[in-house]
Amino acid sequence: MSAPDQTAGEVPEREWPLWEVFVRPARGLSHVHAGSLHAADAQMAIGNARDLYTRRGEGVSIWVVRSADLVASSPDEKDELFDPAGDKVYRHPTFFTASEGVPGL
Amino acid sequence: MTQTTPQQPSRDRATSADRARTAPTRTTDGFDEVIAADGRIEPRDAMPEAYRRTLVRQISQHAHSEIIGMQPEGNWITRAPSLARKAILMAKVQDEAGHGLYLYSAAETLGTSRDEMTAALLAGKARYSSIFNYPTPTWADIGAIGWLVDGAAICNQVPLCRCSYGPYARAMVRICKEESFHQRQGFEILLTLSHGTPEQHEMAQRAVDRWYAPSLMMFGPPDAESTNSAQSMAWNIKRFSNDELRQRFVDMLVPQAKALGLSLPDPDLAWNPERGHYDYGELDWDEFAAVLRGEGQCNVQRMAHRRAAHDEGAWVRQAATAHAAKRAARRGESAA
Repeated sequence: MSAPDQTAGEVPEREWPLWEVFVRPARGLSHVHAGSLHAADAQMAIGNARDLYTRRGEGVSIWVVRSADLVASSPDEKDELFDPAGDKVYRHPTFFTASEGVPGL
Repeated sequence: MTQTTPQQPSRDRATSADRARTAPTRTTDGFDEVIAADGRIEPRDAMPEAYRRTLVRQISQHAHSEIIGMQPEGNWITRAPSLARKAILMAKVQDEAGHGLYLYSAAETLGTSRDEMTAALLAGKARYSSIFNYPTPTWADIGAIGWLVDGAAICNQVPLCRCSYGPYARAMVRICKEESFHQRQGFEILLTLSHGTPEQHEMAQRAVDRWYAPSLMMFGPPDAESTNSAQSMAWNIKRFSNDELRQRFVDMLVPQAKALGLSLPDPDLAWNPERGHYDYGELDWDEFAAVLRGEGQCNVQRMAHRRAAHDEGAWVRQAATAHAAKRAARRGESAA
């Protein structure tokens, strides 16, 4: 990617892009969303995330991803996405009662 | 470097995950139900414009307070009485910067860009807590800020951990955990001074005398005069009234002052067995209004410093942007 609109010595001031930060709290655990921050590039985002979200040993590993690159489901799609699970109670072991009192089940 | 529509940063952001939709035509279906069930509103949910505006105002104002709040304490970093106290104070001031950033991020999820918020602060259009317009003439003021100002902030902020807006509540959980370190370090500074030489004890007492009333006013005007409170309580943004929180704070301070061996500068402070609370004297709300109007001792200095820091940092922001563009270009060449 080039920066054609830049002339020597003059860089237009634009907001640094937004990044989402995910921190692995300890080995054996998944990365969890910690928050977001602004940084000029990925390397700076990792550095800023270290300073912002792990000042008290909250993590052993950091992921950063441009917020613009994250794709999310919409609240409008909530029903079509998640309703089908609602009437399938047999997916939970507690649905089956015939085995109650039988050892090992 | 923004890759698309840099002239419309908010709209650009609105398309990405977990960011607000700014289209004003959205209905607010489901909002009332979520609030009635004491549920949480998340960034892409429908919400009334007034709810969004209230939150942007409150969260950005809170963020600005954290950022401006670095100044009175930063004043003592180079003069902290020992290396250990200097390191601790630096960590605390760094936390305040962090709190500001958590909060700006939370406000950004509502579709307002960081640049817009910064511009509003620098232009004097956005407010920050008026407590930070008071000066810190002695080292004991650092103790008083930690004990009283951070103590009042905790009283205010703990209920905000249950605020109806998810990102704000989550930021507050993180902040509250860190604030308790701040309050304890302030208490410890005052305790050490209080049990030091008579001069040190006197210095601690004077700092408490200076910060007591302003810290009580941090909870905002009395309930009868608080214009935004009722709506914020109906929206589960605010959980307790200004006066309820102020009372809680006073009740907490009395035994703590006793432990410090310092007195609180309020002749009307007395236990009221009927109410089960301490009564306290009238606060000088004219002073509060004057400081809000910009007539506090340090309003001009705080804003001048913030603007200078922003201007002097411009080359860093530009250099980082240029460096990122150059590296991206180099990566593009090597990939081709």
